[in-house]
Amino acid sequence: MADIRNYTLNFGPQHPAAHGVLRLVLELDGEVVQRADPHIGLLHRGTEKLAESKTYLQSLPYMDRLDYVSMMCNEHAYCLAIEKLTGVDVPLRAQYIRVMFAEITRILNHLLWIGAHSIDIGAMTMFLYAFREREDLMDLYEAVSGARLHAAYFRPGGVYRDLPDTMPQYTASKIKNAREVARLNENRQGTMLDFIEDFTRRFPACIDEYETLLTDNRIWKQRTVGIGVVSPERALQLGFTGPMLRGSGVAWDLRKTQPYDVYAEMDFDIPVGKTGDCYDRYLVRMEEFRQSNRIIAQCVKWLKANPGPVITENHKVAPPSREGMKTNMEELIHHFKLFTEGMHVPEGEVYVGTEHPKGEFGIYMVSDGANKPYRLKIRAPGYAHIAGLDEMARGHMIADVVAIIGTQDIVFGEIDR
Amino acid sequence: MEFIQGLLGEQAGLVVWTLLKIVAIVAPMMLAVAYLTLAERKVIGYMQLRIGPNRVGPYGLLQPIADGVKLLLKEIILPAKSNKALFIIGPILSIAPALAAWAVVPFTDTLVLANIDASLLYIMAVTSMGVYGVIIAGWAANSKYSFLGAMRSAAQIVSYEIAMGFALVTVLMVSGSLNLVEIVNQQGRGMGGGSILSWNLIPLFPMFIVYLIAGVAETNRAPFDVAEGESEIVAGFHVEYSGMAFAVFFLAEYANMILIAALTSLMFLGGWLSPFPASWGLLGASGFIWLALKISLVLFCFLWFRATFPRYRYDQIMRLGWKVFIPVTLVWVVVVGAWMMSPLSLWQ
Repeated sequence: MADIRNYTLNFGPQHPAAHGVLRLVLELDGEVVQRADPHIGLLHRGTEKLAESKTYLQSLPYMDRLDYVSMMCNEHAYCLAIEKLTGVDVPLRAQYIRVMFAEITRILNHLLWIGAHSIDIGAMTMFLYAFREREDLMDLYEAVSGARLHAAYFRPGGVYRDLPDTMPQYTASKIKNAREVARLNENRQGTMLDFIEDFTRRFPACIDEYETLLTDNRIWKQRTVGIGVVSPERALQLGFTGPMLRGSGVAWDLRKTQPYDVYAEMDFDIPVGKTGDCYDRYLVRMEEFRQSNRIIAQCVKWLKANPGPVITENHKVAPPSREGMKTNMEELIHHFKLFTEGMHVPEGEVYVGTEHPKGEFGIYMVSDGANKPYRLKIRAPGYAHIAGLDEMARGHMIADVVAIIGTQDIVFGEIDR
Repeated sequence: MEFIQGLLGEQAGLVVWTLLKIVAIVAPMMLAVAYLTLAERKVIGYMQLRIGPNRVGPYGLLQPIADGVKLLLKEIILPAKSNKALFIIGPILSIAPALAAWAVVPFTDTLVLANIDASLLYIMAVTSMGVYGVIIAGWAANSKYSFLGAMRSAAQIVSYEIAMGFALVTVLMVSGSLNLVEIVNQQGRGMGGGSILSWNLIPLFPMFIVYLIAGVAETNRAPFDVAEGESEIVAGFHVEYSGMAFAVFFLAEYANMILIAALTSLMFLGGWLSPFPASWGLLGASGFIWLALKISLVLFCFLWFRATFPRYRYDQIMRLGWKVFIPVTLVWVVVVGAWMMSPLSLWQ
């Protein structure tokens, strides 16, 4: 009898389907995966350790860079953790803005996911369709914060600025003629909220378009149905959260079970899957598009009717207005203290979990009363998911491993931190 | 021809004349391949809300030339652990059959390099050779990814050849000839009076579909592109190739695409025959332009598939080939046979 050995394949870190820097050591029997061994750490930047030597506000932009496709959701968890320790009140308008942007971010994240997932499975047109809508949402990021990706827009105690009254517009160039520019600017004439409202109205048609390409596509179903099945019990044991857990049929969503900000006021449903395979997780995320869209529409309606402050008046946490600082001694001192020393957070420890697009994104923070955290621990949802990769991929083929990586919606910024 | 023979003597003149004819086919062929790559990028670009290449020359028309020059100037890296001789033979073996097959492809009823009687058989034989190039390339590179690609491609091409062969059997049954010129001319006769109604497309419609899909699989095009499988095995069998060696694989793939499109047009879409009845004057006249249009139509379908479908998994492709296409073609061969013997036969 010949000595038959398994075929070991080094999959990544330079691989088109590795979603960044995943290195998988695959043990193959023919094309069938016997063992999938994920190696992480290639994108480790020491965010948690860095936070220990930076003031609370200085660490905030690092949060954007964790899961770099759902930036504001990371900031959200961080801000909520600080708010919980300091006990500041967040103005209602700021809460609505944060919820709206958290949902915009969820759509952003899921758009990238559907693009990457389908290009992994070979349907490359989806990617460009998804990026067409992403472009509009990126413009919103840019309009509100000045940055298209790493916004740093949420602050402990609210948000940095109120929503702008105008949307940036396209200008004519060598590539875009005047008529094209007029068409592109048509829905950018009003305020930012008008633009978002217009987006919420046309986005459901876009989702229908994605679904016509994929949902009933026989090849898509052959590639996803029955692939990477996780039972509800196993999903809970493995620490899966978010769509990975809901795809297995567990209706667990922190926005419903432990509402933060104004999620309690929002009317939305939690989609759950049945079998826990890649196709169910796909359907769950497609439905989350629609639910997020509903939440955004509700926020827009409220925000249009209710102007008001967007950041707390507590100047130990948030800076005073520019005008106040120039005219008022006390506010000048506050400003000086806040931007030299930073805010002081009372002694204690806190854990805040938020429903991030990928799952439960948690911030655990220990403060010793100084102007920087004593310890910061980030609970990244992808970390638990990738730990389940071996179990999900075992017995499937190489092509399915790619589909499973896609369905897990892995981003290495958060896993390696 | 007489002029060249007078100049060089009878034997040498014949050789030179034949070589000139080969050049006259291969050169436009290579140009067509180059512009097919541009057409692909443009067509898929517009399907994907992009505009495709538009920087090099007007509307990007010089893009294929620029790509060709770039690839020519690049180094062909020979991997240290590869089998150097086989590594070079691989691309040659894959492009040679793709070009050789054109020897018997007729462009009109008189314009054909070698009007041999068994031209269909010749094409079957020559195109089957193409898989050796892929297997040798995958093996010689001594890389795990290219090895997987080669294995996948070997299994896939061999399986689909069978379905393709049976599809062609029905064509030759109704034509009563293996000669491609005769196969097209036969479609000009019959009850439809030479128009679209008398083409093989209608009575052999299931075979047309099987042939077209098997053709996509034979050329390793999406959604059957598991041998390259960008997102799974990176580039499959040609992952280690660079520069012109890679370009040769690329040319072979596109030359094969055009070949499959040409064969589909000849065998099912009436070749150079006009889709309109002969009585319609200029529109009803047959000519090369019709063949070119039909080839373009089939090629457009190839590109359309690529922009639309996700990729099959390797075992699903095999299942489709063995469990769907081969039974369908087998049954249809019997059906066509019975049909031809029955009084209802269209092919008297």
